[in-house]
Amino acid sequence: MTINGSELWEDERAPEVAAPRMRIRTSADILATQTERPRELPRQTVFDARDVSVSYGEKTAIAGVTLQIQRNVVTAIIGPSGCGKSTFLRSLNRMNDSVPGFRLGGQVLYHGHDLYGPGVDRVEVRRRIGMVFQKPNPFPKSIYDNVAWAPRNLGMRHELDERVERALRGAALWDEVKDRLKASALGLSGGQQQRLCIARATAIEPDVLLLDEPASALDPIATAAIEELMHTLKRRYTIVIVTHNMQQAARVADRTAFFSLEERGAERVGALIEEDATQTIFGRPRDSRTRDYVSGRFG
Amino acid sequence: MSAAFDPTAPLTASGNLRRRRVVNRLAEGSANAAALLAVAVLGIVIASVAMRGAPALSLDFLTRTPPQFGGPGGGIAPAIVGTAIIVLLATAISVPIGVLVAIYLTELAGPRVVAAVRLALDLLNGLPSIVIGLFAFGLLVIGHGQSGFAGAVALSVIMVPLVARAAQEMLLLVPGTLRDAADALGVSRWRTIVGVVLPSALGGIVTGTVLAVARAAGETAPLFFTTSIFDNHVHWSPFGQALSNIPVMIFTLSEQADPYGYQRAWGAGLVLLTFILVANAVARSLAARSRAKMGVQ
Repeated sequence: MTINGSELWEDERAPEVAAPRMRIRTSADILATQTERPRELPRQTVFDARDVSVSYGEKTAIAGVTLQIQRNVVTAIIGPSGCGKSTFLRSLNRMNDSVPGFRLGGQVLYHGHDLYGPGVDRVEVRRRIGMVFQKPNPFPKSIYDNVAWAPRNLGMRHELDERVERALRGAALWDEVKDRLKASALGLSGGQQQRLCIARATAIEPDVLLLDEPASALDPIATAAIEELMHTLKRRYTIVIVTHNMQQAARVADRTAFFSLEERGAERVGALIEEDATQTIFGRPRDSRTRDYVSGRFG
Repeated sequence: MSAAFDPTAPLTASGNLRRRRVVNRLAEGSANAAALLAVAVLGIVIASVAMRGAPALSLDFLTRTPPQFGGPGGGIAPAIVGTAIIVLLATAISVPIGVLVAIYLTELAGPRVVAAVRLALDLLNGLPSIVIGLFAFGLLVIGHGQSGFAGAVALSVIMVPLVARAAQEMLLLVPGTLRDAADALGVSRWRTIVGVVLPSALGGIVTGTVLAVARAAGETAPLFFTTSIFDNHVHWSPFGQALSNIPVMIFTLSEQADPYGYQRAWGAGLVLLTFILVANAVARSLAARSRAKMGVQ
């Protein structure tokens, strides 16, 4: 083991190996959930992005992104504003399709299937790949109906109450709302609303959760709750989280992908600079641009 | 000349300021007077209808049929029932169409089509109501005779653009983030629209509908062609015969040389006016409530 002088990381081996030995985690709970994770889990590729480029009309947003995302791992996407983090995330569940002028080059494979191949139904894609947005966006319905709406529409009416309770417990919201399930979701605080949105997304038991800066509109306490939640969620879901908060990436993610803007001809285009284990990205990144960014020299 | 005025002079009006002050007062005064006039006209209309119509009002007036051959007594029950049936039927026809048009415009259509359809709706809204009456006459009355249904169709042509535009405005207010949220849950587009988008805009759509109803209830011209030759009995079916209705009845009574008929016409006018004012008030309060609800979002 090499001591690299970083306060944050003691061990630069793969995160799943290092996790039990890590001391610098803010809470004991997080440490506990890290150790619980079964180590024998086979590495399984959920997303395989091959030379993906996205353009909106004339403007190219990202180009040449090749990235694999593994099962039951939290992958963080970091980078400066406008580097195409959200664009990449949203092309993983085809949320960009409704944007006028959207075009995607390359391939995104999901469990080996081309997400943009012929015969692929967007609705089915999103049924398996859920998403939580930057701003909490609960429906103007009751707390219960927010969670129950999608299962009802997808025909999962069997034991709906139990399903709603499970989703709310999973999002660490049950104890706060169990006595007012019929109350409007709009009466909840911002942090509660965002956890409700996570419960809503998990109520249909998707395979993947995409989180697009889920805590950027929240105060630090609510943020901590969401981050802690992610450590429990990753046991059941594959998580991809976009964040512009590097500390957050360091706290929650096993793998981190750094996106930045590259000059390509006359255009500045978002590109994947480096993807690796989180402590490698923050401790010993290979690329100087990554080093500059994580050490706060730009961005 | 360094200064056009003497800075040490007392600060009272000087030079052309006197004239400018007079012009200013005149302009302000005429704007105030115009605003007052607009309110006053409404007030005078309401007051005169109320003053002349109120003596006719009684329970009998609302619940009884008019006397067969003119003269005193009787009521306008057939016209109230007829107007209610015609307007309800017109609402039943126009609200589904109007809301579907609005859904198409906000959720499905491309921007160019939207501009074209909106223009069409605005033109439809501006069509002279007598032309709409002629249209319904040619379509439904020739060969079949007058009917309450034909009147309802004519009124629904007036209501569709009103409902569609009101619903469209409200659907546009529904935050896009809600559509994203529903889309991201793997729910089909139509379920998203019915389950999330429409309920969020429901208050505004109801408001627009009430305003359209208030507008249609007072329309006279389309009903002349379609449902104006009626008898003095209450009919419940909009098919087969013309239905008595308040606007046409007011006109018919005013054409006859029967002072009791004039009395009834004023009374009927007051009933119609009251309905329309109440409907507008209800629509306004509904609109305020639904805006408040959206504001929380």
